Parts: sequence; C-alpha cells; structure tokens
Amino acid sequence: MTGNHQTLALLLFSAFVAVTLGITTWVSRHRHGSAEEFYAGGRLFSPMENGFAIAGDYMSAASFLGISGLIALFGYDGMLYSVGFLVAWLVVLFLVAELVRNCGRFTLADVVAARMSERPVRIAAGTSSVTVSVLYLVAQMVGAGSLVALLLGGTSEAAQSWTVIGVGALMVIYVSLGGMRATTWIQIVKAVLLLGGTVALTVLVLVRFHGDFDQLLLTAAERSGHGRSFLAPGLKYGGDWTARFDFISLGLALVLGTAGLPHILSRFYTVPTARAARRSVVWSIGLIGGFYLMTIVLGFGAAAIVGPGAVRGSNAAGNTAVPLLALDLGGGADSTGGTVLFAIVAAVAFATILAVVAGITLASSASVAHDLYASLRRGRAKPRSEVAVARTAAVGIGVVAIALGLFARDLNVAFLVGLAFAVAASANLPVLLYSLFWRGFTTRGAVWSVYGGLVPALALVLLSPVVSGSPESLFPGLDFQYFPLQNPGLISIPLGFVAGWLGTITSAEVADEARHAETEVRSLTGAGAV
Amino acid sequence: MQSSNARPRGSGGDAESTAETHDGHDQAHVEATGVRYDDPWYDALASGWGETSGDGTPVAPVDAARAERADRAAAAADVYLEVQRSAAFQEVRSRYRRFVVPAGIGFFVWYVAYVVTATSAPGLMARPVAGAVNVAMLAGLGQFLTTFLLTWAYARHARLRRDRAALELRWDTQELTRTARGGAAS
Repeated sequence: MTGNHQTLALLLFSAFVAVTLGITTWVSRHRHGSAEEFYAGGRLFSPMENGFAIAGDYMSAASFLGISGLIALFGYDGMLYSVGFLVAWLVVLFLVAELVRNCGRFTLADVVAARMSERPVRIAAGTSSVTVSVLYLVAQMVGAGSLVALLLGGTSEAAQSWTVIGVGALMVIYVSLGGMRATTWIQIVKAVLLLGGTVALTVLVLVRFHGDFDQLLLTAAERSGHGRSFLAPGLKYGGDWTARFDFISLGLALVLGTAGLPHILSRFYTVPTARAARRSVVWSIGLIGGFYLMTIVLGFGAAAIVGPGAVRGSNAAGNTAVPLLALDLGGGADSTGGTVLFAIVAAVAFATILAVVAGITLASSASVAHDLYASLRRGRAKPRSEVAVARTAAVGIGVVAIALGLFARDLNVAFLVGLAFAVAASANLPVLLYSLFWRGFTTRGAVWSVYGGLVPALALVLLSPVVSGSPESLFPGLDFQYFPLQNPGLISIPLGFVAGWLGTITSAEVADEARHAETEVRSLTGAGAV
Repeated sequence: MQSSNARPRGSGGDAESTAETHDGHDQAHVEATGVRYDDPWYDALASGWGETSGDGTPVAPVDAARAERADRAAAAADVYLEVQRSAAFQEVRSRYRRFVVPAGIGFFVWYVAYVVTATSAPGLMARPVAGAVNVAMLAGLGQFLTTFLLTWAYARHARLRRDRAALELRWDTQELTRTARGGAAS
C-alpha cells in the first residue's frame, strides 16, 4: 500500500467525522435534555428520513465488508446472509413495527412491562437488550480494526487498537451529546454515502463484464478454483451434518433476530404514528433489498476480479474483499483511480461503522437508563437524571465494546453479527410476540422467556468451537467445546419460546384481561400512543 | 396525528416528566392530584397499579387520592375492554390477522424450505438453468422478489383495509377514555 491511499482515505474520513460532529453540535443546539428528545429525537422524523436511518442502522460493516467477503471466498454460501438479512424485514413489517410503535415509548421493555408487573420484566428485557447490543458492537469494532489493518499495511497492531479506541471515543461523543436526533442524521448521511459507494462499485463491476452477469459468475467460478460448485450451496456449509445444521441455525437466527434488535426497535419511536412506522419500514426494505442485491454482485465481482487467493491473503476472514475490489476497479494499486476509489470505499466503511456503532450505543444506553437503572436504583433521583444516566451508560458501553473488540479481532464480522442475531431472536423476540399476541401471557412467562432464551444462547456460544477447541477459536489453547454448532439459534430460539410458554402455564397469576385488552386495542388502533 | 391525543400534556411537560414516572408511589400520588397523568398508560408505568392484580392485595396503603385515581383508571380500563369487544374493533383485528397469518406462514415456510433445501439437496440446487444461473441462484433471487411483493401487498392492504377504521377507533377510544375519567373525577 502506498502513502497516497492512506492520506486520501484519512482525509475523506476526517471530512466525514467533521461533518457528523458538525451535525451533532448543530442538532444539539435546541436540545432540552428531555428523554423524549434524547431517546426518540422528538418523534418528528418523516417516514422517508426514518427509512433511510433504519437502512443506515441495519447495513452495517458486517454487510458491506463481511458478506461480500464471504461470497468472494465461499461463493453461494455467502448469499444466505443476504437473503436472511432481507427476509427478516417481513417479520418486522408484519408483526412488530406498527404494534410496537403504538404501545411502547422508548424500549422493548416498555411494550412488555405495560401488561406485566413492571420491575422484573424491565430488568430481564433490559439485560438481554444490553447483551445483544454489546455483541453487535463487538462485530462493528472488529470491522473497524480489520479495515485499518488493511489501510496501514496489515501489520501494525498498535494502529489497529488505536482505531478501535478512536471509533469508540467518537461514538460516545455523538451519542452523549446529540442523542437520537444527531444519531438519526448521521445514519441518513451514512446510508446515502454507503448506497452511493455501492452503486458506483456495482456499476463498475458490471461495466467490466459488459453487463453480462452470466460472464461474471462464470469468471468467479473459474478463478475460485472450485468450478461450478462455487455457484451452488455447500462450500462452507456443506460436508458433514454439523456444518449443515449450523447453516440452518444461522438461517433461523437471521430471519428471526432482526425483530429483536434493540437499535432497530428504538427507531420506530422516532416517527409520529404507526402508519409512519410502516411507511419507514417499506422505505427501508426497498433500500436494504437493493443494497443486498448489490453486495451479491460485489462478492462475486471480488472473486472474479481480485480472486479468493488475494482476498484470503489480505484478511483470512474475507473482510477486506471490497476495498481490494475497489483498488482493482479503479485501475490498480499505483493508479490515481485506484487510490481514489480505495480511499472512498475505506472512508465509507469507516462511516458505516461509526454510524452503526452510534445507533447501537444509543439503544443500549436507553436500555440501561430507562429499564435497568430505573428499576434497580433505590431512593429518588432528580427529574433530569435519566438522560444523565443514559449519557454515562453510553461511555460505559463504549469502554466494554472497545475492550471486547480488541479481543475478538480475528473473527469474521458477518459471523459475529450472526451471533448477535441469534441472541436477539432467542431472548427478545419470544417475549415481544407473546406480549403482543397472547392473551394469557403472564409476568413469570415474560421473565422466563427472556432468560430461557438468553442464557442458553450465551452458554452454547461459550461451549461452541468459536470460543475453544479449534485453531480458529478465541482460545485455541483450551478445549471446553461441548456444543458442535457455531450458531446457537437452532436450539436457543425454540428454548426461548418454550420457556415463555412453560413460565406462563405454571404461574399462579391469572393474566389481567383488561390490560391485555388495552395492549391489543392500543397496538392495533394507536389509541393513547405517545 | 399527535394532535388527536386528548391528553393535556404538552410535549415539553411530557418530556421533563419522563424520569419522574419511575419515582414510585409517593411521587405518583403527588402527581395524581394534578392533571398531568391522565393517561392510564402513564399510570401503569408510574405506579404499577396493575401489580395489585397479582395477589389481590394492594402494594401500598390506599389513601383517598389513590383510590380515586384507581377508580378512574379502572373506568378507563373498562373502556378498552368495551372497545375490544366492539364489532368495529373485531373487524379491524380480523382483517389484520387474515392478512398477516397466511402471509407470515407463507414466507416463513418458503424461507425455511429454501435454507433446508440448500443444505440437504445441494445437487438439486446446483442444477443449471440457463448459462451460469442455476436453481440455487434463482431460488435466492426469488426470495428477494417475494419479499418485495409481500411488502407491497401488506402496505396496500393496510392502507386500504385497515387505516381508516383503525383511526376512527383511535378517536372513539380516546374520546371514551376521556369521558370515563372525567365522569369518575367529577
């Protein structure tokens, strides 16, 4: 890598940081320091704005770098992520978006606690939300680290660590100063940049093959060294039954996890009505669908133009396939075009990471302050303290994510996100669906379903080959691997649902019919919604 | 839409009061003498009035203000039961369910079938269709297509079949809630 790349990429990235910091300052001018303002941006965004922001929150570095990298390395098997990530939005659109907007205020726990005894439910839902957010944050941090490794030549561990720390520090500034309003605008700017960059690269790939998608696939298959099997499932998840069940497990986690992601749920509160929430989801499905279609082209393009060998040589997990592709498309490592394109892609990826990290940090600080702190604290606090707690929580979560991000550096970003989805699908989705749709659901059922999904999901990850027992795991030297699958979803998602059902049928409490009626009427009509 | 809320809280007062809603019973009791917490949902969050339903005993000493507030809350809760049993609401709910249940099952089965086939029958998926495009590629792109189509169909169905009725119910419910509370308070 030449110095030109670095300078230009750093310049572009600094410009993005400057612009977003400007937005943060400008937006926080009129800040009243209220919770409504801090968590929900005053609830006055338009469906289109929120649609872009949702897309910005969702199209993480995992998608941009991770999925294209997996497709470049394993061909068709990488496409599963694209399909699962998109289909998941139907769950959100059909069952969650409007109803949650109608009967919640800031967090997932609001929806559940409205029907139940408040304290235990808030503590449970708050804990699982924070856990999911931290896992998701780690994935973003790892993405930032590997990007910098590429930018600076791949050897400097210190630089990589400093980047992770810098990203963490910036996000804390965005979130604690600007709250939801600044975070939303950063998401919008980032979504536009990311889509622009992706469209440009996709067009260049297609132009390279004269618009012949068939030719692109054939070239990719040929260069991969696997021939036609590169274009069919089985390279990564074929072979033994463990790998196949892993694939199914991941597929389930992807499609059911999105609806349980705290930073996605909190986005629905930034629009005034349920109808606006629905329209923002429709916007975001359009944007996200287009984006994932393009990542497929980019992934196969990277396999065809850069080649899996070079991709693997730069980063074993494939996270750097797209920047390498950009370098090649622009005319190679020593040309101006290559330098510029590479710098743009690197800067866009950075922007992506920063924005997503800000979104998750905000959502998890809301869970800490609004759910956990409010339920666990003793004595009385001053009226403004909840927002102050949220700001402090943002700092704490930033520190935890930085530490874990430094630690998990060598894992594939898309894979880490898969884990976060599995935990979200196991711990958050069952309790959310039960409280919206099940008349007889009780407090004990709610608490059991959260812990019944969360604990198995985390325990299975700890016992999986991700953590120990194989050369690629976090602790290659140790072996306490007892669970064969990398993704726990196949076991832990059903467990979450079963635990909620068991807790409900065994509890002495009879579900309050009036409060169920209230939840149902409110969720479908919007009566009394904030 | 915001303006359709009959609550007396302005956005400023709403915002600054948010943290207070967790301050427990004594705080909520003070608020109950004012008019800022007329929304029963707020009361639920503020003091957990529904906690009494668990074991049948009140969790705090019942004083006059609290009893009155509980009455009003109960009256408001009855409104929701009443609305839930009304024909208009049942119609909205069944329209929602008649679309969401089949469509949801449909896409979920289609997605799971896709994932399971990809793992258990790679031979079938690898069968070429035209040029480099094989069954797997078509199935993957088909998932994208069905997602877009279902999104469009859902949005259209909600807009044409549900939105108007739901909005009317929202008005009516809020009107009834306000009357119920006003009646109990006077």
